[in-house]
Amino acid sequence: MTETIIQGLLLGGLYCLFSLGLSLMFGVMRLTNIAQGDLIVVGGFAAISVAPLVGGHFVMAGVVLLPVAFAVGYALQRTVLNRTLGKDPLPSLVVTFGLSIVIQNALLEIYSADPRSLDAGELATGSLNLGGDIYVGTLPLLILVAALACTAGLQLLFSTTSLGRAFRAVSDDREAAELMGLNSAKVYSVATALAFVLIALAGLFQGLRTTVSPADGPLLLLFAFESVIIGGMGSFWGTFVGALVLGVSQQVGFKFDPGWGVWFGHLVFLAVLLVRPNGLFPKTKG
Amino acid sequence: MSATVIRSTRASQATIGIGAALCVAAATLPFWGESSWMREFVEIACYLIFAMMWNLLAGYGGMVSVGQQAFFGLGGYVMLSLGNFLGFNPFLAIPLAALVSALAALPVSRLAFRLQGGYFSIGTWVIAEVFRLSIANVSAVGGGSGTSLTALRGISRATREHTTYWVALGCVVAAIALVYLFLRSKQGLALQAIRDSEVAAESQGVGVARMKLAVYVVAAFGCGMAGALYFVSNLRISPDAAFGVNWTAFAIFIVMIGGIGRIEGPLIGAVVFWALNKFFSDYGTWYQMGLGLLAIAMTLFFREGLGGFLQRRLGFEMLPTRRILKLDAQPATPVPAHTPAAPSQLMPKVSL
Repeated sequence: MTETIIQGLLLGGLYCLFSLGLSLMFGVMRLTNIAQGDLIVVGGFAAISVAPLVGGHFVMAGVVLLPVAFAVGYALQRTVLNRTLGKDPLPSLVVTFGLSIVIQNALLEIYSADPRSLDAGELATGSLNLGGDIYVGTLPLLILVAALACTAGLQLLFSTTSLGRAFRAVSDDREAAELMGLNSAKVYSVATALAFVLIALAGLFQGLRTTVSPADGPLLLLFAFESVIIGGMGSFWGTFVGALVLGVSQQVGFKFDPGWGVWFGHLVFLAVLLVRPNGLFPKTKG
Repeated sequence: MSATVIRSTRASQATIGIGAALCVAAATLPFWGESSWMREFVEIACYLIFAMMWNLLAGYGGMVSVGQQAFFGLGGYVMLSLGNFLGFNPFLAIPLAALVSALAALPVSRLAFRLQGGYFSIGTWVIAEVFRLSIANVSAVGGGSGTSLTALRGISRATREHTTYWVALGCVVAAIALVYLFLRSKQGLALQAIRDSEVAAESQGVGVARMKLAVYVVAAFGCGMAGALYFVSNLRISPDAAFGVNWTAFAIFIVMIGGIGRIEGPLIGAVVFWALNKFFSDYGTWYQMGLGLLAIAMTLFFREGLGGFLQRRLGFEMLPTRRILKLDAQPATPVPAHTPAAPSQLMPKVSL
């Protein structure tokens, strides 16, 4: 059982990276990005394509990819997504849903339906002894640490920097924030740019840890969403814990029957929704 | 000063007349048409009914669901189970399956309604996935690989095709009538008030939560009907086909092309979708990308859709659901300032 829980926590680290971008965009501008999962898959494929061009190491691929993701996110928000924002959530939902379909089919056209993965080198096989018979893979542990760092970084960014203050201001009251001299279109674009960096990082790790294929996106979106809701909206640490809960739930379900992992995760999500509709850690200050 | 409420125009009555005549003409198709035409009609009928229900939810109820395939698939599986295991005639099982879907919407809404806006959308998607994965674990209906509708064995192919066609035509007419009469009823008026402003509607005594539930249940009924119909025609069902998110994808496309929040929107959108499908579906991934891009473009630049465009050009609504107040004001009594929007502002070219 200890083994299952540890595997679940490590899986949760990956899910946390899936969900931070979604949480960030929803928190700052109430935009639900239905293409979140598909963009993660794009991140994975992009890393697979870029790695051979920069010497084959995934770290170099990441160094090249993350700034590109920032630029793409900024441009997409500035040119397209800002036009969809408003009281009515419909336009942003339809546009990101359309984007999701375009991405899935474009990936299918470029990469075919075969799953692919990114070579992790010596990381793939390395493991650490946690005492006794328990070993954990170096790569999953690295992903969990990265998730922890990203969560802490986002929370710090929101609570201590002027950019974070701008994020909170446009989120609370866009018009008042604009009266105080903030350009909300720019603030939103920076938020999406940051979300895209997290998405690219998540895609890179997904490609390293397992595989990516063009049809994977929707499932990754659902995992990201479930993590956010289980943890409680508006708190990044809540999202982190929500992702761990989801990871453990899936591992426990998987232990009973290999076909039940995802299903059991969904059921735990619905149970949390029923019993604690605001999540395990409802909105914390700051 | 007297006032009349305008609920229909001569042009809209003529539309209904022409529509009824078209339906009568369409009902004779099995006597002179080819069976491939009937199959095509049945398929597009399912898309149309599903899209109409999505339009009702998103365009009128403000609930952008991405999970209506839960009720579509449920309708299909209930119809199949009633037919295969309990010996029901599958055609008669269609309304029963729709009813079961509507009943299932009651507990499902308890979960889905805890989420708002965009998170409601993804929440409904998770629920549809739970339906899919749960049914994939039921071996009696073939688990993940699905099963066939055996209850129609022994019926000749022509009889089956003709009956399916007539039932599909009946379902389309019933779905249009259901939505049209629902929107023209007192509940429909309340729903349109909610669409325009939830707060204002609530302050006028409209029970917003109850209305949303009513819309959700009606939409589940329609989606269940579409699903049952689709799998009567298809004869084979599987969890992936029944609960696939592509049903919602096509519904969104149909509604955004035709115009969201208007009854004729899905009708126009379904015709466009049928034509595009006929000529371009061979292009596979490129075709799907085109549909996605078109939906994005319509949302960004042409929100009223083809239906709204037509209405502006023709100057009348084909299936009006609004109530327009016409004041016959005498010169001595000026119209009070707080009168709701004058008819001239709402509908400039109305003729009485």
